[in-house]
Amino acid sequence: MSTTVMKYEEALARFEPVLGIETHIELGTRSKMFCGCPTAFGAEPNTQVCPVCLGLPGSLPVTNKAAIEGIIKIGLALNCDIVEWCRFARKNYFYPDMPKNYQISQYDEPLCVDGHLDVEVDGTTFRIEIERVHMEEDTGKSLHVGGATGRIHGADHSLVDYNRAGIPLVEIVTKPITATGEKAPLVAKAYATELRELVRSLGVSEVRMEHGSMRCDVNVSLMPRGASEWGTRTETKNVNSLRSVERAVRSEIERQAAVLDAGGKIVQETRHFHEDSGTTTSGRSKEEAQDYRYFPEPDLVPMAPSREWVEELRASLPELPAARRRRVQGEWGLSDLELRDVVNAGALDLIEETVRAGTDPGAARKWWMNELSRRATEQNVELADLAITPQQVARIQAMVDAKELNDKLARKVFEGVLAGEGTPDEVVAARGLKVVSDDGALAAIIDQVIADNADVADKVRGGKVAAAGALVGAVMKASRGQADAGRARELILEKLGVS
Amino acid sequence: MSAITRDEVAHLARLSRLALGDDELDHLAAQLDQIISAVARVQEVAAEDIPPTSHALPLTNVYRSDENRPSLTPEQALSGAPAAEDQRFRVPRILGEEA
Amino acid sequence: MSDLIHRSAAELGALIASGETSAVEVARAHLERIAAVDGEIHAFLHVDDETVLAQARAVDERRAAGEELGPLAGVPIAHKDVFTTADMPTTAGSRILEGWRPPYDATVTARLRRAGLVILGKTNMDEFAMGSSTENSAYGPTRNPWDRTRIPGGSSGGSSAAVAAYQAPLSTGTDTGGSIRQPAAVTGIVGMKPTYGGASRYGMIAFASSLDTPGPFARNVLDAALLQEAFSGHDPMDSTSIDQPVPPVVEAARRADVAGMTVGVVKEFGGEGYQPGVLARFNEAVELLESLGAKVVEVSCPNFSYALPAYYLIAPSECSSNLARFDAMRYGLRVGDDGTRSAEEVMALTRAEGFGDEVKRRIMLGTYALSSGYYDAYYGKAQQVRTLIARDFEAAFERVDVLVSPTTPTTAFPIGERADDPMAMYLADLCTIPSNLTGNAAISVPCGLADEDGLPVGLQIMAPVLGDDRAYRVGAAVEKALEDRWGGPLLAKAPKLEADR
Repeated sequence: MSTTVMKYEEALARFEPVLGIETHIELGTRSKMFCGCPTAFGAEPNTQVCPVCLGLPGSLPVTNKAAIEGIIKIGLALNCDIVEWCRFARKNYFYPDMPKNYQISQYDEPLCVDGHLDVEVDGTTFRIEIERVHMEEDTGKSLHVGGATGRIHGADHSLVDYNRAGIPLVEIVTKPITATGEKAPLVAKAYATELRELVRSLGVSEVRMEHGSMRCDVNVSLMPRGASEWGTRTETKNVNSLRSVERAVRSEIERQAAVLDAGGKIVQETRHFHEDSGTTTSGRSKEEAQDYRYFPEPDLVPMAPSREWVEELRASLPELPAARRRRVQGEWGLSDLELRDVVNAGALDLIEETVRAGTDPGAARKWWMNELSRRATEQNVELADLAITPQQVARIQAMVDAKELNDKLARKVFEGVLAGEGTPDEVVAARGLKVVSDDGALAAIIDQVIADNADVADKVRGGKVAAAGALVGAVMKASRGQADAGRARELILEKLGVS
Repeated sequence: MSAITRDEVAHLARLSRLALGDDELDHLAAQLDQIISAVARVQEVAAEDIPPTSHALPLTNVYRSDENRPSLTPEQALSGAPAAEDQRFRVPRILGEEA
Repeated sequence: MSDLIHRSAAELGALIASGETSAVEVARAHLERIAAVDGEIHAFLHVDDETVLAQARAVDERRAAGEELGPLAGVPIAHKDVFTTADMPTTAGSRILEGWRPPYDATVTARLRRAGLVILGKTNMDEFAMGSSTENSAYGPTRNPWDRTRIPGGSSGGSSAAVAAYQAPLSTGTDTGGSIRQPAAVTGIVGMKPTYGGASRYGMIAFASSLDTPGPFARNVLDAALLQEAFSGHDPMDSTSIDQPVPPVVEAARRADVAGMTVGVVKEFGGEGYQPGVLARFNEAVELLESLGAKVVEVSCPNFSYALPAYYLIAPSECSSNLARFDAMRYGLRVGDDGTRSAEEVMALTRAEGFGDEVKRRIMLGTYALSSGYYDAYYGKAQQVRTLIARDFEAAFERVDVLVSPTTPTTAFPIGERADDPMAMYLADLCTIPSNLTGNAAISVPCGLADEDGLPVGLQIMAPVLGDDRAYRVGAAVEKALEDRWGGPLLAKAPKLEADR
């Protein structure tokens, strides 16, 4: 079944999109939300479970204080009010990956309310209003067996691992995002990106979409231009990368526009985003509307975060990404475009750390944005996941500054470090990569080069000093790049009597 | 007039994941009707401005520190499972949304 | 039959401590008793002699090794099957958990073990503690030792019957709407619902989380206090557990006087629906308190009459959610998994077959009360009633030290009489429910036999939150005076069981 879509530009000419984004973020606490089980990603199945997170009869939850600190920090960083009193609530629905068949969540009493986050798209700032930030627990994970694609449909049974069940989950819900026009998909992506940076800066989550530690659900509705009433919205789940956030919004705008254009009605439903096609498909239509029967969680007592505690947490917040960007832009003298490239490459932390280790900002940026970005792309990993530390980058640059390495040799040191050959100093030693500036060693090479290139040497003696470049090149070649090119030139000219 | 209809009772059974037969639904519908009519007495009390009480005691702010405690072994975790496979709980095919 | 089974827990503890007998000997005597009479009573769902004797031997060894042990070390106890036990099956009286062996001990279980109590086995109960007669057990009813055609109360009916039939000197129970006090009353023993949060709920299979309270059964007030002290106290695994010292209940039980205390008689509990014999014994108990030096006043708690309907909204609502986990996926029964059915279908078939009628009724009722569109009118209103009842108690305890009432409006009713009449069954908890809604402490002590049927009547003594010691103090005073009058415990008047004839 193919879906009819309307061309994006046409859709935007006719309709105004309204967005809403719900983001789930797994907190990186040592233990789960309500029990002491570890939270490591990728552990063997059902090795991080206990009576509490398996929902065994008789077990009871106890709230992890670090998780509450984490969510309050997120709330504060999003300019939210932290409420003085609130409760957990049970959200009741049956699903095999949910051990108790209710999720401990928050309903009409979220911990953080009424915040905002500013994001920038093409030089324009959009203020995204935050409706609420609340605390809940994650579910287990199912593996579907017997279907053709590992998907749920067509599977003949499923295998459930509850390691993820009970990991603290923060849900951040925006107010409706309006007046973004054709920039809607970019605003959505910019919001998700900025939120990720913000949460990462707080150190409360790894916020890695590929691990599922940050997940976005995107609500989209369209209203005809000039109309005042919003259209029916759909909720798209399974949006697992920043790029997908943009694509999902765009694809849903195109689809809904075509439906409305054909005189159809948008069905309020859950849709699933598919990375491969970049489109959404309808979730199972529900025979009955969900009725979650929320009620206050009787096993947990209310939370009443004291104002002192909240202020302590506010004081502990690190410099937030927006402020930090402004600062480094000034300190490093970057243009807006250069700054954006650094941020988009995920290089800000790495460069700053390298600078802190003693490197000039220009050099630090050069290595991370050129040589190392290229290698990250080759290896298909994030910059931060390369097997090299900012301190090592700083050490290599220090050797360059000391003229012990030239750029070409430095690249070989990077290669060695990334290949796991050891620290920069170990690589230099093992590969014998020191610049040869020792006059005795150089003199022998130069004598040989002059003898081998007598014609060129004559031209230089005859006053064509520019021809010395060829001799320097030959020296570099003969020394396998290790010669100090500047010193080599000086010595050549001296020998040929033109200095 | 009855407090609850037979259809509502069938709906509740679905929400509660109880596969009840027609006889059982009929029987329950009559009993629930009687019980709901009786408990509806709570609506008589003048409860305007009365705050609700969800917990027996007014405790607040009970937290534990973020420390690990020993988990169960996978054998213990799966010991009661009706079916297990590859160290996971084996369950019948799942309808519903793709997670 | 050994005389050991007629001893109190305190006496047994002392005899074992002094070396006059051993934990193993005491355990053997009780195992023999269980073997002899449980066919008539059916108090136990699980007894395994070897496990029991191993525990008893371990206690004797601890003592031989010079370990300092508590006053109940070596004393046997019957444990309600709602508490998880790593070495015994735990079913909560339900077919859906048949044969389930939990991988962990409840906190109460662990504390019993720590105190050296020897767990004889698991006692029968209404399925998931829902009921007032133990007829709702999936494993057959328990019979009242006073009259085996009658109910032993519920939901902790196995525990009350076991103590009344001398199968154990002590037992544990849980009280959500009266499930300790009412069975104690109708079997002529002592049953205490401690302050909510006074003892841990961790490992106690939940019925209604905001009401469930573990508590002791015993044949006398002091034994109950000793047991409560043994398993109570703060537990970091239960967020609703109180982080304060256990009230001085043992001292209060020993003190046993009411001089200078003010006792309030709840005006609303009496009259129509109350058995005359129950009221007669209750009124005598009130006179007795006065004669012992207490000042007696009448207290009106006008909102108490809404407690029952509020309870039958709150408890089912919480239970509908608490029991959702029994879904055939991770443990317990699984029905209809033929390879073609979906998880949803298997859940629904299993739950329909694994739960009994009363459990299904309450799940449906709770689902209804929480549904969108009905929440405010039912669950929301019930929570407001809860506030009003707390205010009634608060006002009352400004005037009086304790409140008293009959524990339950009637004596033990015949098995089957109310089985399919839920509203009639629910009336058994009329007087006990208010204390659950507000978390108060309340005890039931025997106060005589009803003239009509010669069956035991209980006196309920309600105390404020964390005023457990007051309930024990008054209960012990009544017990002492009545036993003086009767020339021994009420239980001595019970007819002999077949096995004793």
